[in-house]
Amino acid sequence: MSGIRQAELARRVDISASYLNLIEHNRRRIGGKLLLDIAAILQVEPSLLTEGAEAALIATLREAASDHRDSVAELDKVDEFAGRFPGWAALLADSRRRIGSLEHAVQTLSDRMTHDPHLAASLHEMLTSVTSIRSAAAILADGGDIEPEWQDRFHRNINEDSARLADISRALVQYLDKVDDASATIGAPQDELDAFLAQKGYCFPELEDAADVNAFVRANREALSAVACNMLGMIAKRYAEDAADLPKSQLEAAVRAHGLNPWAMSQALQASPDLVLRRLAVWGEAMGLGPLGLAVCDASGTLVLRKAIVDFPFPRFGSACPLLPLFEALARPGYPVERVVSMPGQTEKPFKAFAVCRIILTDDPRMASLSQTVMLLAPLNGTAPDACQPVGVSCQICPRDGCRARREPSILGM
Amino acid sequence: MGKRVLLIEDEPNIIEAISFILSRDGWTVETHANGHDAVDVVQGNLPDVLILDVMLPGKSGYDILRELRAHHGQTELPVLMLTARGQSKDRDLAEQAGVNRFITKPFSNAEVLDAVRDLGEA
Repeated sequence: MSGIRQAELARRVDISASYLNLIEHNRRRIGGKLLLDIAAILQVEPSLLTEGAEAALIATLREAASDHRDSVAELDKVDEFAGRFPGWAALLADSRRRIGSLEHAVQTLSDRMTHDPHLAASLHEMLTSVTSIRSAAAILADGGDIEPEWQDRFHRNINEDSARLADISRALVQYLDKVDDASATIGAPQDELDAFLAQKGYCFPELEDAADVNAFVRANREALSAVACNMLGMIAKRYAEDAADLPKSQLEAAVRAHGLNPWAMSQALQASPDLVLRRLAVWGEAMGLGPLGLAVCDASGTLVLRKAIVDFPFPRFGSACPLLPLFEALARPGYPVERVVSMPGQTEKPFKAFAVCRIILTDDPRMASLSQTVMLLAPLNGTAPDACQPVGVSCQICPRDGCRARREPSILGM
Repeated sequence: MGKRVLLIEDEPNIIEAISFILSRDGWTVETHANGHDAVDVVQGNLPDVLILDVMLPGKSGYDILRELRAHHGQTELPVLMLTARGQSKDRDLAEQAGVNRFITKPFSNAEVLDAVRDLGEA
């Protein structure tokens, strides 16, 4: 416009070149002092700089009106509307985009329910087993003369079918909660990232030694969407910091000395317990501790990292079981929580859970402190002892009757 | 000897339960467990009532019924269809194929018995 270079302009108005680039391509709104500063440097009228953004906004508003066949929007006044009420216009345009993305998600889910062959086959098999059980049970319950041979046969059938039903239900729940099947996702960035991490085994040797996190993220950019890539960057940064704070060699020596005792390791290594749990989740299995699962939640209780292990899935959608030691630790920051829990299945499977919550303080008195809670899981052999705490995946798919933590009924129809 | 029902269903435990309740009601029940040669089996020994599962190995219940109605002149054979799907489009498919009654799993024994009695008396 005035022959000034983009980088020079960005420097003079104190913003990054990439942010200026977003503004130029109408991907960031511009206004206020920044608009006036840029206009002054370029020696143009401020309104000239906002024309492009306004055109994009008007186009979106026109699309919003055309979405409704019987729309009564005054299309001839759309320019005036965007000009006089830019805030409301932008809000309307954003809502239209959001509706579009929600409609896409609903469409994808609906498509999946209708066309997913595995889901359809599982439900068919489930209904067949239920029918068979219902029929045989009704015959036995009706009474009347039933020869002992037939009675035995129907008892056996009910037993067989109920076992089959349990297997199908369990397989179905695992299928719906599977974390490593990218094809079964609806493309949410968290799902995409989970699938990527599961594929890599949650272990990144290239981030262990004075790692270049940016180079790592760049190297994996092709495999992920921009949002998932950004999330990977945050995880990689934490991973590299953890690796620097507790190198693999030190962890290995502590594992040899203490086995699976993260609290003792934390004391011996003078390392925070949450750091020890995260590092064990990465290297514990390779160091002979068997498979280890990990769940990390933020201060709101939202799961931000899930490393599932066999027979202990975490929910992909919705909230997790509030009885998980993860949330017990969240409620008691700084205190290590150690529990034996059991997951429902054909037989109750016991797991040892270690969890701890670390507060992330802030200097800003206006802001609440954040926290991060980490839970490490290790399967125990044998059946669950009576003393262990029953937990589940999430209420919707949990068969536990009379649970005091239940938030909503189970779809398994208790 | 009572009236004859031919049950084409691939699930052994459902076969046993339906056979039992119909036999107890005086019906002679014959069974067949796949769709491949189901049309031949029906043609070879026409029953008074045919009970047809939809999802069968080899050939679907819809296809079997269409063949019987369209190519073998079995327009009067009373047919009860059993399916795990109860959506309206499945009901439409069954009706287009020429079904007389349509019940969805999980059904009750009484539903099956009532349907077979109705069809047998029609």
